[in-house]
Amino acid sequence: MLKIKEYVRAESLSQAYELNQKRSSRILGGMLWMKMSNARIGTAIDLSGLGLDQIEETESEIRIGCMVTLRQLETSETLERVSCGIVRESVKNIVGVQFRNLATIGGSLFGRFGFSDVLTCFLALDTYVELYKAGVMSLEEFAGRPRGDRDILVRVIVKKTPGRQVYLSHRNTRTDFPVLAIAVSSGSRGVRVIAGARPGRAVCAAIPDEWKERLDGSACTPEEMEKLAGELAGKIPMGSNMRASAQYRSHLACVLIKRGLLRLQKMQEEEG
Amino acid sequence: MTKIQISLTLNGKKVTEEIAPDLLLIDFLRNHRCYSVKRGCETANCGLCTVFLDEKPVLSCSVLAARAHGHTVDTLEGLQEEARELGEFIADQGAEQCGFCNPGMIMNAIALFRENPQPSDEEIKEYLAGNLCRCSGYEGQLRAFRAYLEYKERGGAVCAQ
Repeated sequence: MLKIKEYVRAESLSQAYELNQKRSSRILGGMLWMKMSNARIGTAIDLSGLGLDQIEETESEIRIGCMVTLRQLETSETLERVSCGIVRESVKNIVGVQFRNLATIGGSLFGRFGFSDVLTCFLALDTYVELYKAGVMSLEEFAGRPRGDRDILVRVIVKKTPGRQVYLSHRNTRTDFPVLAIAVSSGSRGVRVIAGARPGRAVCAAIPDEWKERLDGSACTPEEMEKLAGELAGKIPMGSNMRASAQYRSHLACVLIKRGLLRLQKMQEEEG
Repeated sequence: MTKIQISLTLNGKKVTEEIAPDLLLIDFLRNHRCYSVKRGCETANCGLCTVFLDEKPVLSCSVLAARAHGHTVDTLEGLQEEARELGEFIADQGAEQCGFCNPGMIMNAIALFRENPQPSDEEIKEYLAGNLCRCSGYEGQLRAFRAYLEYKERGGAVCAQ
């Protein structure tokens, strides 16, 4: 059972950062995962009074405060437009509305959880994180770092880089963790395939050079897409857990990547 | 442990109290005789402990009571009339068996109907996916919600069978 000795509603980020330097301190996000632990927390630091619960749009980017809930992400028209709907698609099966009204983007990304739909989805977008001390860095770089740093994730920044995205996941039951999550995107950064819930942390699978030009240029046949999907799926390290075996995940990856690539191609055709 | 003072509006009444920092909202509410708030899975999965925090449905088993400071909390006890009306439709359809999931289900259904007064079946299923019922297959509840929505659409008149 979670034990908390002291609760502080932070009055500024600098105060929160100072308090968080003690090993026994914790920043509270939605605290849904934290609450499941037996942690003994010295100081629980609540950022909910700092106005970080807003989604703001500028000409070139969308700035999402760390306390924005998954439900806010789900119902944001701005994110729906900019992400081709994948933000909503990625969070809509996370437990229920009541859960998503509590879980925050900051908590979801800072934890860099292997099962995270949110991490998988935002890796497919041109996403950066703003840390209080370390500054702005790409989400991909942040996702590759080990957990345990004492910094604070303040904002998530999504660049309005033109592109198309598709999000697909497979679940044993509707509101469970995904067995596998695949996000596929195309645009100025080329075609990117992200695999999450492997069950390890989400990773970006590199597209082989010989396929890059073909994907950018003429349309590929479903057979060619299946071949590429098979190649990519074979390179993504998979693991086994109570939901599925590594072998099953590799099989699923091939199917979902193929579907994602074909859907991207269809979107491109429809746009002319 | 450093106790903290919180002040919130519970079912329309101002409440001020000193609490432990790790007290969960569900325990705070049950201490205030809001027994409609049920303790179910306590793993944020079943929806039995659903309450409104600033009119949004949340799982009270997963929120610190401290976080409710300065906010409004409503439980089924505070929504008596609305809840009773919807509950009658659920009973009419025999949708409940043990009834333990009912308070959470009604709270979340009310939240849905306030947000979207004319939801489709798919929207109802999606919104209520976080409310588990281990007795039924959810068909009874779905029939009840459809009947309730039709009743509301007719301005509150019950259709002659």
